[in-house]
Amino acid sequence: MSDARSDIFARIREALKVKAPKPHLKGEPKPGSTSSVAKPWLPDGGETADASLSILAEQLAKLKAVLIRVPDHASAAKAVAELSAAKNWKKVAYHGHPLLRPVAAALPCETWEADTSFEKQRLEGCDAGITTCESIVAQLGAILVSSASSGGRALSILPHVHVVVAEASQVVPDLGSALALAKARHGDQMPSMLSFITGPSRTGDIERILVLGAHGPKELYLVLVG
Amino acid sequence: MSDSKAIFLKDATVNAADGDQRAFIRKALGGYYVNRDLQKARYRDWERARDAASLAKWSAVNDLANVLEKFVTNFERNGGVVHWARDAAEARAIILKIAEDNKAKAIVKSKCMTSEEIHLNDALEKAGYGVVESDLGEFIQQLRGEAPYHFVFPCMHVKREAISELFTKHLGTAPTDSPEELTMIARRHLRQLYVDADIGITGANFLVAETGQISITENEGNARLTAALPRIHIALSGIEKVVNHLDDLSVLLPMLATAGAGQPMTCYNTLYSGPRKKGECDGPEQFHIVLLDNARTRLLADPEQRDALHCIRCGACLNVCPIFKNIGGLAYGTTYQGPIGSVITPHLRGLKQWNHLSGASSLCGACTDACPVRIDLHHHLLHNRRNAAKESPTLFDQVFHHGFNFVIKRPWLFATGGRIFRATLPLLQKLPLPYMGAWMKTRDLPKAPAQSFRDQWKNQNV
Repeated sequence: MSDARSDIFARIREALKVKAPKPHLKGEPKPGSTSSVAKPWLPDGGETADASLSILAEQLAKLKAVLIRVPDHASAAKAVAELSAAKNWKKVAYHGHPLLRPVAAALPCETWEADTSFEKQRLEGCDAGITTCESIVAQLGAILVSSASSGGRALSILPHVHVVVAEASQVVPDLGSALALAKARHGDQMPSMLSFITGPSRTGDIERILVLGAHGPKELYLVLVG
Repeated sequence: MSDSKAIFLKDATVNAADGDQRAFIRKALGGYYVNRDLQKARYRDWERARDAASLAKWSAVNDLANVLEKFVTNFERNGGVVHWARDAAEARAIILKIAEDNKAKAIVKSKCMTSEEIHLNDALEKAGYGVVESDLGEFIQQLRGEAPYHFVFPCMHVKREAISELFTKHLGTAPTDSPEELTMIARRHLRQLYVDADIGITGANFLVAETGQISITENEGNARLTAALPRIHIALSGIEKVVNHLDDLSVLLPMLATAGAGQPMTCYNTLYSGPRKKGECDGPEQFHIVLLDNARTRLLADPEQRDALHCIRCGACLNVCPIFKNIGGLAYGTTYQGPIGSVITPHLRGLKQWNHLSGASSLCGACTDACPVRIDLHHHLLHNRRNAAKESPTLFDQVFHHGFNFVIKRPWLFATGGRIFRATLPLLQKLPLPYMGAWMKTRDLPKAPAQSFRDQWKNQNV
């Protein structure tokens, strides 16, 4: 009896007996190369840390994400507390990370370490979620979160507001560097979810008019320390 | 004439005459053109990026057996379950069985054109499951009971007033003309459904062989929620979505967003490798992937058009196509509309029934220019026309080509025919010629020269 798997593989092998010509390319890029220098044709991510930071700020502004730069961790906690008071958050969920516990402790509202006693219905009722991240891509204004760095899969997507607290040293120039870093860090034990977040959730499905907060967070804050 | 051709001609004629609707579509696409060009300008060399994207897909598709094998090995090592479906019926049966085995009730779906291709919702609803589309555009189309108009922007043809009425009718909400408020109505309605669903069904934009991860591109966050909250995650994907390296995404993800939606990158680009891992607090307990052939290997077997499998479904070719803009997406009657749909549908569903789509093109080449992975779209439409004429020539094809063949091989007949034609040309001008009415209304036939080219050549003094 032939099963679907072997049938499909047999069809593929049969189909590929006739070769297709390789596309005619101007200059041959190397597949699988990870250095940003190897792709000088993609959008610029900055060659120095300062250049990257200024590209990042520009991209985040265009995406309507809010960048808050602070000198140290104490000021980060203060900034998030001010945000919480200004926006009148009642319940805030956070990822149980040593850097975030002091931030949560400084908040003037009810807080909950979501990943130590996860409950989806409770998370649905939270105004904001606070997480760390894996890295930040200057080139695109994208923040890479993972189920490891961000308290699971739902914390960075279900609450109406997402706050990321990160170090300036986590900024990498481009997408290739962020993927290479994740691979180097996790090897073949990748977190079950890695997600690039590029601005607050949005849709243009109604008359192609941009609306923020389609299903995910309406507001995205990046608090960058250092 | 095939049924699908008759329907196409009727719908296309009606839609092309609807000036209001055409103006609405043009306006909806106006902002896209501006944003796309702004984003493309950030690329230091867009054409080189297209080379790289095209090579990444070429390498995977032309080594599909090995790359797919590698993906599956790594996917299973990550704890996922792989299912194979030769056709749509097998894919539906696999998904129904997973639902049945797990005693599921509610299913939430994120946008997945492959599920449209296999008519999954019908099958699930018939089996008694509640299925909700969570992408805003798909949600609206589901309420309207209509297929997607555009495979990236499913309800781009629907005006806000119609959406407001639809929501009032189905959800009992107050009428509003604000897109923001309409979006919030859908948001509030769907939130609890994610929490309550047993199964989340998503598509996949890329399957990464190197790591066994699947990559999902979206803007709304509905796919993130669909893969986070239900206890079972099923991804449905065509076998051609595989790429070799994780790093290929550093080119493909930004280009998909720029070409398709005029964004630097879409809001959420997520890689999933397996169900909830040890130490993680949430995520599904099971992660299944259904890998679908459904005639993709037929397209793979045609080396001339194999590059149509490089398609990353960005929709750029639809957005620039003069035919799409005039007849709209629904007239095609296909899962995949526009130039890419016209190229691949004859392969997926049969050339005889669908060859009329090969003529749904002005051959202007705008689609080929727009394609981020350099699929030779408008030439493939010509290839399909040629193949159709070879496979099942129409009576006109036969008479015309045999006649031409007969005459061109006999110089005396050709010369005599030419003489008769030159003599009768002034008469033809006055006759009602079939198919020529619209053309002749504003144009005159050229005046016939006194001598044929051959006579002029013979008589010249060189």
